[in-house]
Amino acid sequence: MRECHPAGAGNPAEGEPLLHMRVPALAGGLKDIRDAVRKAVLGCGCSDAVTGDIVIAVDEACQNIVRHAYAGEPGGEFIVEIRRDGDSMVVLLRDFARVVDPNSIRPRKLDDLRPGGLGTHFMREIMDDVDYQEAPGTRGNLLRMVKRIA
Amino acid sequence: MEIQITDQEKAVVVAFEGDIDLESSPKARQALLECVDRKRPVLVDLSGVSYIDSSGVASLVESFQAARKGSQPFALAAVSEATLRVLQLARLDKVFTTYETVADGLDQAV
Repeated sequence: MRECHPAGAGNPAEGEPLLHMRVPALAGGLKDIRDAVRKAVLGCGCSDAVTGDIVIAVDEACQNIVRHAYAGEPGGEFIVEIRRDGDSMVVLLRDFARVVDPNSIRPRKLDDLRPGGLGTHFMREIMDDVDYQEAPGTRGNLLRMVKRIA
Repeated sequence: MEIQITDQEKAVVVAFEGDIDLESSPKARQALLECVDRKRPVLVDLSGVSYIDSSGVASLVESFQAARKGSQPFALAAVSEATLRVLQLARLDKVFTTYETVADGLDQAV
């Protein structure tokens, strides 16, 4: 289900690569991604709590790609990359779907008790930086998230 | 993810085993709403849940609200640290009634 890809998701100069996987944009593939992220981040010496948080943030970001960027479009793929850059874990998610307006991806207010819209809030709550950047080429989106671990 | 629903004397107990994520949460949602439809107290056994994501939490919220409309008790039991963390992130840890074990929940009649 996963394969290495020569092209990185983001700037290859940014720290030591810990994980690089190209995966199909399917809900059924998210568990494999969570397992790989957990292994990579734990292997870097992060605590169980920090690792668990990073797994949640990456999982929710991947869900956004599956549900919203590709929105059921078959054959979609994306790249998950994690790098250690000093005291930061850098997560890069690169898809090849239609370009999504970052302004349309906002966390909802939590004071209104209703289902849905929590994923983006989780990402922003857990990570120190969540930044939608311009992807190289004409298609796709690049999400860069940073968690400081020191 | 596996689901087991049992009609106990004091409540319907719905037990989940595995990850409740984007792939499995539609099934979890359906089971939870089905339990609420029985018009009895509902106790959700989360002891076997290793991971829950925002879509799983959304299923719990929707079922909780459906139960509240019918004035039915709805509670969670055996919430792991990982699940509690996700509920805390959603600011829902104080919204749900929780019990340490299923037996505790049944003792309290949910």
